[in-house]
Amino acid sequence: MMYGVSQFGYLVASALFIFALHWMNAPATARKGVYAGGAGTAIAILVTWAEPSLIHHLWIIGAIVAGFVVGVPLSKVPLTAVPQRTALSHAFGGAAAGLVGTAEYYLRFAEGPEHLTPFRMVALIAEIILGYLTLTGSLMAAGKLQEVKWVPQRPVTYPMQNLSNLLLFGLTLALATALTRHPTAPWAPALFAAVIALALLFGVLLIIPIGGADMPTVIAILNSYAGLSAVAMGFVLDNKLLITAGALDGSSGLILAIIMCKAMNRSFTNVLFGAFGQVKQTKAAGEERVYKSETTEGAAQALEQANFVVIIPGYGMAVAQAQHKVRELYDQLKKRGITVKFAIHPVAGRMPGHMNVLLAEADIPYTDLVEMDEINPDMPQVDVALVVGANDVVNPAARTDKSSPIYGMPIIDADKARSVFAIKRSKNPGFAGIDNELYFSDRTWMLFGDAKAVIGELVKHLAGGSGMH
Amino acid sequence: MVDFWPTLYVFVLASFIGLGVIRRVSRLLHTPLMSLTNAISAIAVVGAILVTGGDYPLHIRILGAIALFASTTNIVSGFLITDRMLKMFKTDARRSSTELRAGPSTEVKAGPSTELKAGPSTGSGPAEGRRS
Repeated sequence: MMYGVSQFGYLVASALFIFALHWMNAPATARKGVYAGGAGTAIAILVTWAEPSLIHHLWIIGAIVAGFVVGVPLSKVPLTAVPQRTALSHAFGGAAAGLVGTAEYYLRFAEGPEHLTPFRMVALIAEIILGYLTLTGSLMAAGKLQEVKWVPQRPVTYPMQNLSNLLLFGLTLALATALTRHPTAPWAPALFAAVIALALLFGVLLIIPIGGADMPTVIAILNSYAGLSAVAMGFVLDNKLLITAGALDGSSGLILAIIMCKAMNRSFTNVLFGAFGQVKQTKAAGEERVYKSETTEGAAQALEQANFVVIIPGYGMAVAQAQHKVRELYDQLKKRGITVKFAIHPVAGRMPGHMNVLLAEADIPYTDLVEMDEINPDMPQVDVALVVGANDVVNPAARTDKSSPIYGMPIIDADKARSVFAIKRSKNPGFAGIDNELYFSDRTWMLFGDAKAVIGELVKHLAGGSGMH
Repeated sequence: MVDFWPTLYVFVLASFIGLGVIRRVSRLLHTPLMSLTNAISAIAVVGAILVTGGDYPLHIRILGAIALFASTTNIVSGFLITDRMLKMFKTDARRSSTELRAGPSTEVKAGPSTELKAGPSTGSGPAEGRRS
């Protein structure tokens, strides 16, 4: 009886999860998706909790309350910190899977060999490897994104890196095989612990060679791993809801990772093992090339006379917290009847969709946020392209310079606009460490300074010096 | 002894559904999508509850309780932050301060007027302080 009720509850929850993701296909219905997902989770928790074999209810309540205490503040982080929060939640997801897997193994080990079938052992080992690897990998990613001091920002590489990683992986696989064949041998629990340790180490080693510009892809891949570890847990517990939800999460991470890779014209393996950002000394201190600088006053005049302005935001906008000032600029231009669009590159920012969320936060209608493929054909008609803290995603070297590490990456064709103003904090190259041809174009003028301050001044000039802020 | 074939079927079919559904998700919403799938995959909470509340030795229940804590954190923060982000997506900011707006973008109840104001202001206040 109870079995039927709980299975029915899980079935309903699975359906709700699918609806939740389906409703994410448009902003207008997306919030319904959140409620569907929340309802599904609540149903699943209730029918599980109703299980008569559960006796330590205070423990459950205590852990859930603690989860609320930490979870609520975590949902209120500023939107610029969303990539870190996401990475952190992947770490939590991985930890949960790893810990449940560990508990399951030692429980079944005590109960006897008949509970540790080969299939279940494979699932268990997959669960703990994926879980613990996601835990440390995501913590490293979160550390890099948060710019924690002791986490190296630049990719860390050393000789024979891929080879030693491969050997380590081979060792893990060998231990896992031995464990599957003799799950109840006296030495098995120790071996199990060794596999856990290797998985934890592996997570760190996988992330340290990856640079900041690749973070969107890495977060998506970790998302996928976290989902797959839930699938493995579903196999261990024979729970089809876990398998369904984990598979949805896994495929979501996979699709996002593919989109990110395509947007950088790179392959999975290249992102994971390529140590991007190392090849930055291509044309170090060759010829001294000069930028043309412009005052904010001049830029404001050019904006005022334009009919069509495209703003291209990048991670620099997030760092400078400039999105609200950008919105004021948008208002000023709109007021004059100027068409303003935002051109969003898929990998702008530090996670998929990062720029869209920041601009939506600043109350800019999402109908004016345009994807790269959609805006590029219009670029030659654009009077002013304003680059706000974006760099590699507008670098024409991606189209022209075969020796450039970003060659072949699809970019927003800012250089085709009639004029370009680029706001940049300093004269240093961007995160990927590559010189940007766009800045030396004769149609480009640089506005050096903090994005928020520069846009603030533009707004002030446009507002007729009346100085709103 | 578990017959694992049915579970493999479920996995393969669910993956296809996932690929089909996710492919259609608006690119605008990729960040909320990630936090939503994160909250959904925290359904691992089911396994954590069984381990935490069962009649098991103490050390097993401690492992379970930590896992339960971690998944609850993901569920709570995942759904809340997804909703918070989605609330910010509006079709036309211009009219957002007037009642005219409420129709098109926010079919979902929850008083538009208070919400539209709360979004940007709560977002900008703490955010600006923290980084600078």
